[in-house]
Amino acid sequence: MNSTNQYDAIVVGGGHNGLVNGAYLAKAGLRTLILERRHVVGGAAITEELTPGFQFTTFSYALSLLRPEIIHELDLVTHGFFPLMMPSSFHPTEDGDYLLLGEDHGLNLREIKRHSPRDADSYDRYHHDLDRVAQAVRPLFDNPPPNIFGKDPEDHADVAWLLNHLGSIEQKVMHDSVRLLTGSASDWLDDYFENETVKGFHASSSIIGSKVGPMSQGSGLVLLFHKMGEHDGHLGSWAFHKQGNGGFTQVLARAAESLGAEIRLESAVTSVVSREGRVTGVALADGTEFTAPVVVSALDPRRTFLELVEPRELPADLVENVERFRFHGVSAKVNFALDGLPVFPALKDRIDQYGGFINIGPTVEYVERAFDAAKYGWYSERPFIDAAIQSVVDPDMAPPGQHVMSCFVQYAPYHLKRSDWDTEREAFGDRAQAVLESHFPGFGDLVLHREVVTPLDIESATGLSEGNIFAGELLAPQMYFFRPAPGWSQYRTPIDGYYQCGSGTHPGGCVMGSPAKLPSQRILKDLAR
Amino acid sequence: MVSTTPFHPRLSQLNTTGLYTHWQGQLSALRYSHAPKHEYFAVRNSVGIFDTSPLHKYRIRGRDAERFLAGVLVRDIRTCRPGRAQYTMWCDDRGFVCDDGVVFRHAETDFLLTAARPNLGYLHRLVGRLDVEMADVTEDYAVLAVQGPNSRAVLAQLAPEVQALRYFEHTSAKIGPAPVTLSRTGFTGDLGYEITVESGQAIDVLDAVLDAGEGHGIRPFGEEALMMLRTEAGLPLVDVDFYDSRLVHTDHERITPKELGMGWMLRGIEDDTRPFIGRTAIRRELTEEASRWATVGLIVDWQHWDRLHRDAGLIPPKDEQPLSYESMLYDGEGGQVGYAAAFMYSPVLQRHIGMARLRPDMAAPDQEVHLEVWIHHKPERVRARIARLPLFNPERKTANV
Repeated sequence: MNSTNQYDAIVVGGGHNGLVNGAYLAKAGLRTLILERRHVVGGAAITEELTPGFQFTTFSYALSLLRPEIIHELDLVTHGFFPLMMPSSFHPTEDGDYLLLGEDHGLNLREIKRHSPRDADSYDRYHHDLDRVAQAVRPLFDNPPPNIFGKDPEDHADVAWLLNHLGSIEQKVMHDSVRLLTGSASDWLDDYFENETVKGFHASSSIIGSKVGPMSQGSGLVLLFHKMGEHDGHLGSWAFHKQGNGGFTQVLARAAESLGAEIRLESAVTSVVSREGRVTGVALADGTEFTAPVVVSALDPRRTFLELVEPRELPADLVENVERFRFHGVSAKVNFALDGLPVFPALKDRIDQYGGFINIGPTVEYVERAFDAAKYGWYSERPFIDAAIQSVVDPDMAPPGQHVMSCFVQYAPYHLKRSDWDTEREAFGDRAQAVLESHFPGFGDLVLHREVVTPLDIESATGLSEGNIFAGELLAPQMYFFRPAPGWSQYRTPIDGYYQCGSGTHPGGCVMGSPAKLPSQRILKDLAR
Repeated sequence: MVSTTPFHPRLSQLNTTGLYTHWQGQLSALRYSHAPKHEYFAVRNSVGIFDTSPLHKYRIRGRDAERFLAGVLVRDIRTCRPGRAQYTMWCDDRGFVCDDGVVFRHAETDFLLTAARPNLGYLHRLVGRLDVEMADVTEDYAVLAVQGPNSRAVLAQLAPEVQALRYFEHTSAKIGPAPVTLSRTGFTGDLGYEITVESGQAIDVLDAVLDAGEGHGIRPFGEEALMMLRTEAGLPLVDVDFYDSRLVHTDHERITPKELGMGWMLRGIEDDTRPFIGRTAIRRELTEEASRWATVGLIVDWQHWDRLHRDAGLIPPKDEQPLSYESMLYDGEGGQVGYAAAFMYSPVLQRHIGMARLRPDMAAPDQEVHLEVWIHHKPERVRARIARLPLFNPERKTANV
């Protein structure tokens, strides 16, 4: 074989996690190859000019959870890292009123007071308690899960570290943590707020990407997960990266390349090759082979274990666990090119409400009812929408005076009971648009272009099974020790030299980078043995 | 009755906060929205406008105007052709800074000098027998800074002359019917321009700029955003980084151009025969290497910052508002070696940064120093290293079209 096809490490998949993992391996001096199936890196974090002058964030559309240390360790600022913090969150209600929160804390309290005087001080208490839980959980995010079933001294030390950390958490914070990790967002919110608008605003982050409603047990975990980001020192804050999340993954690609990693596009890996339980390389669809003693899959667990390698060669319990690993994508995108800004009648002539997320899920009940449809294999009559007009913050995303609007829409279950997504695509887009029309009269007249991205489209374009944006649901039975499967949460696989990274591994989804950095540390440690 | 600038009637409509500070006796917006960081982002990512009218402006004309300014200003005005401008300073005869400003050369014998503080009387007394006329035209003109990566595209719609302007060049142009001076100057360290317009036509010009900026993300920014921007840009500020030497009590409060980080202004001064106020002292300072301070950038070790705060049970703070007080700097042994005059978290650099004055022997790039911070009411020291100013210096700032 040609020696130029030999590497120290090969990363399968050039999404954000594949790029971060490859960058860390290259930084450690490994000759690293990152293989991407498509013509562009980024996976689900891409920006595409679908109609001239309009930059669409087709899938992933905002940044929050990216770990700050990765920004520094990979020197991302030098390569163009530029998060534009969102200055506001806007939550229209069903009666034409709204909740508009911004950077001024005092004003935010007044705004909440307008809806409920009692909820104003609860707002501070709510965020304080949530911050404390986030702080308590953070070390678990920033370290691999200990192997509680392991026997060697290193495992014992890891378990001791975990017990020691858990023991240091205050009683109230521990109880809050468990309530959030296992309970529903709705119950949690009821403890703090009386007003349906205020509750609805906070409930929205509890269902993102997950087949749960805010009243479902488990939605608390999703809510907490979305609080773990700490952009510029503020927990749970969000930003639009310059040129969208595709702009961000281009930064990662430049960083990885400058550290010495090689990126090869249009290189779909069909199989990971191994001999006698030891990985030897990968094979591409066109027959090309690359060899390396280390291969890292940045794909989701289903593809990592059931497609890239032969499940017959894996332990039966692992195969069973991966087969039942829940994906259950329920998210879709409806993206618009707009001829102007939508008009919200109560805030005519103002645009400050459009600086960040526009959250259309007025009450917990509204969102829960939207979820009901998904339980029975259908999409919501009145879907929940998390919209963002990124061109307000980053005017380079659209021609002057015109805008791009990214709408994350739920619920759109991957498995439809009586039809299929290619048939329902436009009808679903119409429903999302109808919801927007009811809040922003005249919205339809502004639409220059509409792109409906169904869960099926997410799957076929990005490879995320069933279109699950987190590469597997964020539910307690498949988190931490159990992500993606019991015994395999430390990024190794049963095949020597074959590793896993990506959102399907601990700590999970979103543009975070941890499930790429932590695996790189595992790999480098193993290589040093 | 408080005084307002010619732009105030319109800008005050855009100020949704009602928050102002006083700048040389005139109302100056602290912030326009409740998101000053967003105003900062407008300048770093799209385009922002700032009302810089309160700066003092002196028209200096006459056959000897060049000779006069050459004898007063630290930088050699003779090298400044008509159509160009210089950022400059003037000193007392001991070589300490009195004030700073930008001098625009409109013609061989026609200059406009800006000043942070009133200087007309002082300058007047220095004219002597020279043929120089000097007038305070501060109230006659309004100045609008249009700053940020989209500033050129916005202004080019109004005055195509802007395309050809190089860094620190200026030209006369028209915006609508109003004659203006367009200059590629500013106080943000970014691509940017300033429009000088007669006060009576200020609103029309402002409206034209706002219209042209629509769709380009234009927004006015206030002093809070300006302080973030100027710190990243390493630009000195009167009454923070320097005080007028004539008005202070001790040499501790005084600073020389070299100490202020303006050594680049003094290049060639050893061989130059041009006499100017403070020259002898400045030359002595240079030859004897007698500077007490060097002004440099400071970049805080992020890991150490995070660890200090996390160990104290805190979420590591990242506050983009520059501290309004000095923070002390120490060497490894705990001896004080300088101070940070400005300190902030830079969103664009994603680091805590500062502008520092250090003992010159401690000021080499990459030198490690220790910055005093306060955690739980106790002093702690966080590692930082020295870097060259400006810490944020995008190519677009000086690049030509």
